[in-house]
Amino acid sequence: MKPFTYERAASPAEAATAAARQPGARFIAGGTNLLDLMKLQIETPDHLIDVNGLGLDRIEETQDGGLRIGALVRNTDLAADARVRRDHAVLSRALLAGASGQLRNRATTAGNLLQRTRCPYFYDTNMACNKRRPGSGCSALGGYSRQLAVVGGSEACIATHPSDMAVAMRVLDATVETVKPTVKPEGATRKIPIADFHRLPGDTPEIETVLEPGELITAVTLPKPAGGTHHYRKVRDRASYAFALVSVAAIVQPDGSGRVALGGVAPKPWRREDAEAEMSRGAKPVMAKLLAGARPTEENKFKLPLAERALAAVLAEAKG
Amino acid sequence: MASPREIEVKRRALMAATVATAAVGAVAQRAGAQTTPARAAPPAMKVSFTVNGKPRDLDLDPRTTLLDALREGLHLGGTKKGCDHGQCGACTVILDGRRINSCLTLAVMHPGSEITTIEGLGTPDKLHPMQAAFVKHDGYQCGYCTPGQICSAVAVLAEIEAGIPSHVTADLNAKPALDDAELRERMSGNICRCGAYSNIVEAIGEVAGRKA
Ligand SMILES: Cc1cc2nc3c(=O)[nH]c(=O)nc-3n(C[C@H](O)[C@H](O)[C@H](O)COP(=O)(O)OP(=O)(O)OC[C@H]3O[C@@H](n4cnc5c(N)ncnc54)[C@H](O)[C@@H]3O)c2cc1C
Ligand code: SF4
Ligand code: FES
Ligand code: FES
Repeated sequence: MKPFTYERAASPAEAATAAARQPGARFIAGGTNLLDLMKLQIETPDHLIDVNGLGLDRIEETQDGGLRIGALVRNTDLAADARVRRDHAVLSRALLAGASGQLRNRATTAGNLLQRTRCPYFYDTNMACNKRRPGSGCSALGGYSRQLAVVGGSEACIATHPSDMAVAMRVLDATVETVKPTVKPEGATRKIPIADFHRLPGDTPEIETVLEPGELITAVTLPKPAGGTHHYRKVRDRASYAFALVSVAAIVQPDGSGRVALGGVAPKPWRREDAEAEMSRGAKPVMAKLLAGARPTEENKFKLPLAERALAAVLAEAKG
Repeated sequence: MASPREIEVKRRALMAATVATAAVGAVAQRAGAQTTPARAAPPAMKVSFTVNGKPRDLDLDPRTTLLDALREGLHLGGTKKGCDHGQCGACTVILDGRRINSCLTLAVMHPGSEITTIEGLGTPDKLHPMQAAFVKHDGYQCGYCTPGQICSAVAVLAEIEAGIPSHVTADLNAKPALDDAELRERMSGNICRCGAYSNIVEAIGEVAGRKA
């Protein structure tokens, strides 16, 4: 790891301001993604701001019957929360399908949303990668692309977003709450719908979210329970402790209508509300719209039929 | 013949030398990488936490992971370094009652914490029931993953007891079962290169049965 200095922030607004003051600073939460990347010198912050002591670790009910999940709530605690299990089960299921028990005990809500891609070339510092070194090229195009995106990518980058949790949050219409490092007024806040939070790569794949430098996530809110049956189906190379090749998060209502988002296929959780009009007609018409414009590689085109079959299995499960 | 004490001193000196060579290597590498200018090592930071019931104070480079602090700072070599990237579970310890990968957290992030390592679970003449069950069921071959497996297993039973669900829990709103499928899923963050898995599940199952 490159040398860095370390501080413990005293309040969310101070954390954001401290981060904005030092361009090379990063927040550290669970550390399970950041430290991994720092050891490989893919991330090289010169200052770390520890946000673990900010009291952002509670799950509270909101006035409109939803939940406000603190940015520092650990993945284990979020998955095990009785209200989440009962009313937002797709979120519990997605979290429990990710990483390992040890990692979920440290990983946080905000850190999980901001985890970086698992593209093998992003991890290999000897290889060209536009996301790691802008302008160096993309080794995955024409390279080993089995795990990578089939839709939403660009000529510059076809990486996927690896989070399971974020796919469930997309289907639940979550909102990301932040505090900005603005000087005046100190600590201005904003609310970002999860649909707008992650960016598509375009020609700047190194910019992955709409967060501004120093902007701190304080919470993620869920609207009132969506009802229906909740499903998260993850297809991967082994039964546990592996990232998704394809995952399906779905909420299905008794009349067959519902919502669906996909993981493992795109640079962000992939959902298209217009595709959901087809839900009661089955997986095929939904996927035709949801994956319209897909540009898979020779190595990952298997994800298209795989996603359709995974959704078909979910719809069959929902019928009981 | 060398006394155990002499061997220990030699081992430490050798370790110190290895660490020093590694440091030189790192400097050389840094000088070679021309894109990022070399940064001065940051000043050491103090951190105090409790390890296996004993208060400990350390002066550390902030880069030190909890794993390296335990192994190199406190000479508690039971906790193992496998991958150093959260992928194998060899470094599993129990931090404030929860199992974590000690390789993916910084020691300075844990002032006031209580840490339990394999050395704190039991001693050779007073084994923890989980340690005894691993011995009885041959839950290892080379033993490298074993301290992590045992720390993880102890925490897994506490997690089931606390009603924390897993990926294979059929009903999220019911108490999770204590069957082999649950144990296997919950232990999936501990890789065993020797493949002692079936005996590991037997060992944990026996301890779980005794508790139930
Ligand atoms: C072996 C392994 C397997 C894994 N498998 C899976 C899997 O199957 N599915 C899955 O979804 N994930 C998986 N993960 C990833 C894991 O979920 C993430 O590492 C974790 O969620 C990151 O959370 P953290 O709190 O540790 O983040 P950190 O590492 O602390 O931070 C990650 C990023 O978020 C930023 N950040 C943190 N908090 C804030 C905040 N409040 N505001 C603004 N920025 C912030 C940090 O600056 C950093 O850039 C795996 C990880 C490992 C190591
Ligand atoms: S797909 Fe993206 S992350 Fe992977 S090598 Fe190309 S630019 Fe880098
Ligand atoms: S050494 Fe920590 S998980 Fe492998
Ligand atoms: S006993 Fe050898 S790695 Fe598990």
